[in-house]
Amino acid sequence: MADTAEIETLLQDALPGAQISVSDMHGGDHLFAHVTAPQFDGLSLIAQHKLVYAPVQHLIDDGTIHALKIKTEVAT
Amino acid sequence: MIITDEQIREEILAAIAENRVMLFMKGTPEMPRCGFSAQTVNCLRGAGADFAAMDILPDPRIRQQLSAHSNWPTIPQLFVDGELVGGCDIVTELYESGQLAELVQPKAA
Repeated sequence: MADTAEIETLLQDALPGAQISVSDMHGGDHLFAHVTAPQFDGLSLIAQHKLVYAPVQHLIDDGTIHALKIKTEVAT
Repeated sequence: MIITDEQIREEILAAIAENRVMLFMKGTPEMPRCGFSAQTVNCLRGAGADFAAMDILPDPRIRQQLSAHSNWPTIPQLFVDGELVGGCDIVTELYESGQLAELVQPKAA
């Protein structure tokens, strides 16, 4: 079972100034992260998603998060 | 015959190099073994893409080597012109915005 508040904090620390919302889609380990960040400006979607994966990679590796759906937007 | 990790890695790199639109997925386009892979195939077909696909399920090392190369954790993974475009979410987003069709369009000769 993943702690969505903890994941929001991890993302917040990695992407200062971002608006972040992490919610449970299914079963506590299929999560949805909606991230609007100034750091995404000028990056491809793949690069944006990698910035979201990186701070939580260890939770994916250890199985705490089974699936992470990501929606990114560039903060204006 | 023993297949080494290095041979698997070379297969993957060759597939990416030889196919302009290359999808790594669970199962085959005709019989996907995962909803995310199925959805990605549907987006590619919807965009009119001519694509090649490799099933990563027959040997767990395919996925290990692929993710080591792409630095991307999940399957499916779509490559266009040798570059990782994304997984199911990104491909779906690009499909819905019409950008996928542009991306996979055959290059004018």
